[in-house]
Formats: sequence, structure tokens, C-alpha cells
Amino acid sequence: MELFLKIAAAGVLIMMLFFLWPAFKAWQENGPKAEKGDWQAVVLPLAGVVGLVIVLIMLVR
Amino acid sequence: MANPNPFSSNQYAPTARAGSALETNKVLKNTYLLLAATLGFSAVTAMISMALAMPSWVYLVSVIGAMLLGMFVLPRAAQSAKGVGVIFLITGMLGFGLGSILSMYLALPNGPSIIATAFGGTALIFLGLSGYALTSKRDFSFLGGFLFAGMMVVVVAMIANIFLNMPALALAVSGAIILLMSGFILFDTSRIKSGAETNYIMATYGIYLAIFNIFISLLQILGIMGDE
Repeated sequence: MELFLKIAAAGVLIMMLFFLWPAFKAWQENGPKAEKGDWQAVVLPLAGVVGLVIVLIMLVR
Repeated sequence: MANPNPFSSNQYAPTARAGSALETNKVLKNTYLLLAATLGFSAVTAMISMALAMPSWVYLVSVIGAMLLGMFVLPRAAQSAKGVGVIFLITGMLGFGLGSILSMYLALPNGPSIIATAFGGTALIFLGLSGYALTSKRDFSFLGGFLFAGMMVVVVAMIANIFLNMPALALAVSGAIILLMSGFILFDTSRIKSGAETNYIMATYGIYLAIFNIFISLLQILGIMGDE
């Protein structure tokens, strides 16, 4: 049962790769490009998320 | 471990359609209302699953079913009122599967504290990033290519770890998923705000999955790291 479910899950994930590929290609080719300061505006909140996860880990230890 | 994803090419075509402010606000309001309703519905189905003491394999079955519905049924159904029923079916299934995982965590000595911490962390991440994206003047749609590339890498790693069962890889995948889903919250919210996303059902689905995946990944990280 468990092996069958694992194979089914892998199959669905492979199917998802086929779904993701056209979206990835379209965004790479036609998606808007980052302007100056855009990446900084993303890295800062993501660094906040990393910091929060570290705090949460310390809370449960 | 398993992560359903809605990011089909139809939903995320990189076309910039700027709707009116009124229309954008309506999409935003409907998205958050439907998101609150689906999260509430998931909580109810999770409680039912816990009361029925569902075994852990139910999670995998629910996720596989939800992924198939999300890939093949929802994108078409979302163009009509039928989509609301489909999204409740998907989120209900995910909640039911989540219940079996929560039962497993509750059996651990520090399980209740891990669940509460993961729940609080997920809420903080979602509220913080949504608020940031809504108040920021920047358009985060430039993240599209990066996020889809990251998703593909993570999906390949997940497929490998289904059979390898390596805790270190599971931990790395969970960390990557939290970062990617945080990026998707910025990306999706920004697309709604700019009027590029006009379908509130698909918008809800994207944000719901980001929240669900962050919660599951946080549970896994806290479960592994809090084991000392």
C-alpha cells in the first residue's frame, strides 16, 4: 500500500513538472525583468522569514 | 513531504492586464473572503479527520487527489461558479489529510507545542508578507521566472526523497519550500494588486497552497529540530 502510494505521489509530481515547464518558459521569456532595488525589496522580507524560522526552532527546543 | 501546486501555465501567463481600481479591490476582497472560508473549512475537515483517528497514509491520498483536481479540474471550473465548489472540495481534502498528520504530531511529547508554534509562525509569515506586498510600491511579478525555476528544482528533490527518505534532504526541501512559498505570497498578492490576476478563485487557490505548504514545512522542520 505504502509503496503504491509513493509511486503514485512520484507520478503526480512528475506530471506537475510537465505543468510547470510551460509556465517557467513563458515567465523566463516574457516575464518582467527586475529593476534596480527590486531584489533588495524581496531579500529583506525573506531574510525576516528565515530569522523567524530560527526563532521558532529555538522556541521548541 | 508532498506539496500540491497550482502553478499551471494557464493561470500564470505573464501578461500585464491592468484592471480598474474598483475591480482590483473587488478581486482582493473576494480572494481574502474565500481564503478565510476555505481555511475555516480545512480546519473543520482536519478536526473530523483527527476525531476519526485517520492513519497517516490518508495524507498522501488526500494530497494526490487535491493535486489532480488542482491541475485538471480547477483551472476550467474557476471560470464559472462551479470553481467555488471545486476549491472547497480541494481544501476540504487537504484539511482532511492534514488532520492525520496533526494526530501523529499530537502523539509526540512536545507535539501540541510544535503544532501551535507552526500555526503561529505560518500566520505571522502570511500576514507579514501580504501586508508588505499590499503596502509596497514595488511590483513583485519579476519573481515569476525565479519562482517557477525554484519550484521545478524542489519538485525534482521531492521526487528523489520519496524513495531516498533522507532526513537532511527533507529538511532542505522544507526550508526551500518555505522560502519559495513566501516568494509566491509576494508574487500572488502583487499580481492581484496590480490587476494582473482577475480570477479570485485561482488567486485564493494560489495563496491557500502557499499557506498550507508553509504550515506543513514548518511542522516538519520544527518536528525534526525540536527532537533534541
